[in-house]
Amino acid sequence: MDFLRPATWAEALAAKADRPEVVPIQGGTDMMVELNFDVRRPAGLLDLNRVAELSEWSSEPDGRLRVGAGVSYARLISELGDRLPGLAQASRTVGSPQIRNRGTVGGNLGAASPAGDSHPPLLATGAVVEVESAGGGVRMIPAAEFYLGVKRSALEPDELIRAFWMSPASGPQYFSKVGTRNAMVIAVCSFAIALHPGERRVGTGIGSAAPTPRRAVAAEEFLAAELDWEARLDPAVLGRFGELASEAASPIDDVRGTAEYRRHAIAVMARRTLTWAWNEFRSGHFERRAG
Amino acid sequence: MRLTFTVNGRQETADDVWEGESLLYVLRERVGLPGSKNACEQGECGSCTVYLDGITVCACLVAAGQAEGREIRTVEGLADGDRLDAVQEAFVECGAVQCGFCTPGLVVQAHDLIERIPRPSDAEIREALAGNLCRCTGYEKILDAVRLAATRKAGIR
Repeated sequence: MDFLRPATWAEALAAKADRPEVVPIQGGTDMMVELNFDVRRPAGLLDLNRVAELSEWSSEPDGRLRVGAGVSYARLISELGDRLPGLAQASRTVGSPQIRNRGTVGGNLGAASPAGDSHPPLLATGAVVEVESAGGGVRMIPAAEFYLGVKRSALEPDELIRAFWMSPASGPQYFSKVGTRNAMVIAVCSFAIALHPGERRVGTGIGSAAPTPRRAVAAEEFLAAELDWEARLDPAVLGRFGELASEAASPIDDVRGTAEYRRHAIAVMARRTLTWAWNEFRSGHFERRAG
Repeated sequence: MRLTFTVNGRQETADDVWEGESLLYVLRERVGLPGSKNACEQGECGSCTVYLDGITVCACLVAAGQAEGREIRTVEGLADGDRLDAVQEAFVECGAVQCGFCTPGLVVQAHDLIERIPRPSDAEIREALAGNLCRCTGYEKILDAVRLAATRKAGIR
């Protein structure tokens, strides 16, 4: 096995172009488990820790945040939790403090596990993944087009994940996750919601209930058509939203839960997160906090 | 590969490190610091918690090569010579140790908590220690020890 230690982004891209079979690692919290248990023996590891710009984030001229692939969950929570509340909520459910000190959204995207906690909020908020290769330059891939299959993404073998782009929240955002305890839990299933009051639109993301993380598109379209933004939440609308979210899932039976349970839980979490978000929106709390 | 890094203030060099090896293995088997425990090897138990450049991590999930040139502080580096750190002292006094396997990780994680939040609430203690498993004590005496250590450290400051 080789251990490659590029010091700059250009070096990292050159290394990945030259040796597309090496596996990039950031915090290592996922890859090291596979190495420790000898379930995977890659040709080499490409350590991205020394590429300083990956651990930086910035506010871009178009108003969006560009967050480097190496920013840890702990820093996302403490430095960006006010602007990215849905992603911060999801980040708080990742592993333990020690894992959140090392783990990154970049690593979550690279692994592309359907159970990754950051995926549902990335989908609900319409985040975009910035990837790059030495030969092909930069590609901007919407989160909804990034996940292709179980642990498969749109990333080409010579590409690395540079950052993700996300707009600061324009409305309430929530994340919910089912597991056996509050800490150290891989999701049985999860759900994220993002209200976009300016556009009268609601974004969704489903985790761990399909081969890939995915949006509940029909549920989003239903709310765009039926949600009365000036009124209290209609229980019939809420119920139908839960049904449509559940129908968007295509879960399997596995060691963590049955498909039937996951379908049920997605409907519950969809109703619950929309209620939380709606209550916050109607209370005017979000505007006060943002203002 | 050769690995050079700082452990508890001392520069260490390890040779013939396998590229897929963990920092925990290097500490225990190559540097002779068995304080950090090897239990789950998947970040579930927290027994291998060490400081990496001042941030607590599971040493079993850090690739050895990622520690090149960086500063590690293990449970062995908390005491001041023969004088135990207040967290270690409190663990002994409160009976927060039974089999002792989880203790090094809990001590390092509790040490970090009190450095960041000198007077943590019970909720903050529970959250900080959520990734450290103990199968003996039932945690109550561990919580007692963290409260006692925080009180004493606050007094010293």
